[in-house]
Amino acid sequence: MVPVFGLKEYQQRVQQNNDTLYVVNMWATWCKPCVEELPYFDSLRTEWKDRPVHFIWVSHDAKSRTKQVADFLSKNNYTAEVFILSAGNPNVWIDQIEPKWSGSIPATILYKNGQKTGFHEGDFPDKKTLQDFIHAKQ
Amino acid sequence: MQKLLFTLLAFVGFSVATMAHEGYHVGETISNFSLKNVNGKNVSLSDYKDAKGFIITFTCNHCPYSVAYEDRIIALHNTYAAKGYPVIAINPNDAVQYPSDNFENMQIRAKEKKFPFVYLHDETQEVAKKFGFLRTPHMFVVQKSGDKYVVKYIGAIDDNWEDAAAVTEKYVESAVNALLNGQTVAIPNTKAIGCSIKWKK
Repeated sequence: MVPVFGLKEYQQRVQQNNDTLYVVNMWATWCKPCVEELPYFDSLRTEWKDRPVHFIWVSHDAKSRTKQVADFLSKNNYTAEVFILSAGNPNVWIDQIEPKWSGSIPATILYKNGQKTGFHEGDFPDKKTLQDFIHAKQ
Repeated sequence: MQKLLFTLLAFVGFSVATMAHEGYHVGETISNFSLKNVNGKNVSLSDYKDAKGFIITFTCNHCPYSVAYEDRIIALHNTYAAKGYPVIAINPNDAVQYPSDNFENMQIRAKEKKFPFVYLHDETQEVAKKFGFLRTPHMFVVQKSGDKYVVKYIGAIDDNWEDAAAVTEKYVESAVNALLNGQTVAIPNTKAIGCSIKWKK
């Protein structure tokens, strides 16, 4: 089952002091550009499974749709860590996550040792662009 | 000298931040436009002789956020059209990439939901580009001032898209009420999650 997290749980999950790079992708099952770029994330996750890189896909589907999100993941054989973020007023928590973010998805944020090291709003046109972004910002 | 340098740096930083954000900002004047309504007739802002302003929403058929807000957008129109602020809904999505957002499906959706407001098709995406909007649904409240239309609010309808009953802040209503009372809008910009726009390839 897909868990539902609030903002505090989100922050605790992505900000850890363990030298691991956390690649956080903001997406939703209903967002076409989001769904189109998930294969790039999934492919890098498989390639880098022995590296200190951890992918988290943060879903912005409604919290009442955990089953639909789980079905989508299993249908596509996606096994990345996924949770639904349900954090109250978006006008408050979007800025708390990233002030530069308009709230448009997809968006990608990188964290390492508790610090945000990269932010990208919009989709990645291909896997290489995503890979270059992660390399430049880690 | 050091102080001057700091001032210059601050200015450069500000300019870069401003340039990165395209489209209309609060306080700016928007251009009039003419787009095809679901009834086949073109509509432009200047057709509304008695309007004091408009509640412009960029929306579409397929986005769950937009669908979740449909009833609230209808309610906004029913409350504020008579007071001089009708809703104008614009669908800018590329029908090639999103067949569910094509003109025929807009007509079907408008009929099903009995939209009391105009639902316009921005087929070339030129209007959306001028607004520079980033996601759907995205609201712009504009006020007529002489022959100009000035942006007074940009952002979300309210603070809870999932549950209309749990809303505590009605941003668009507060903005329009303030304008109707001759006051300034207390919260002129808000953020919300929404799907990025599919621009034509």
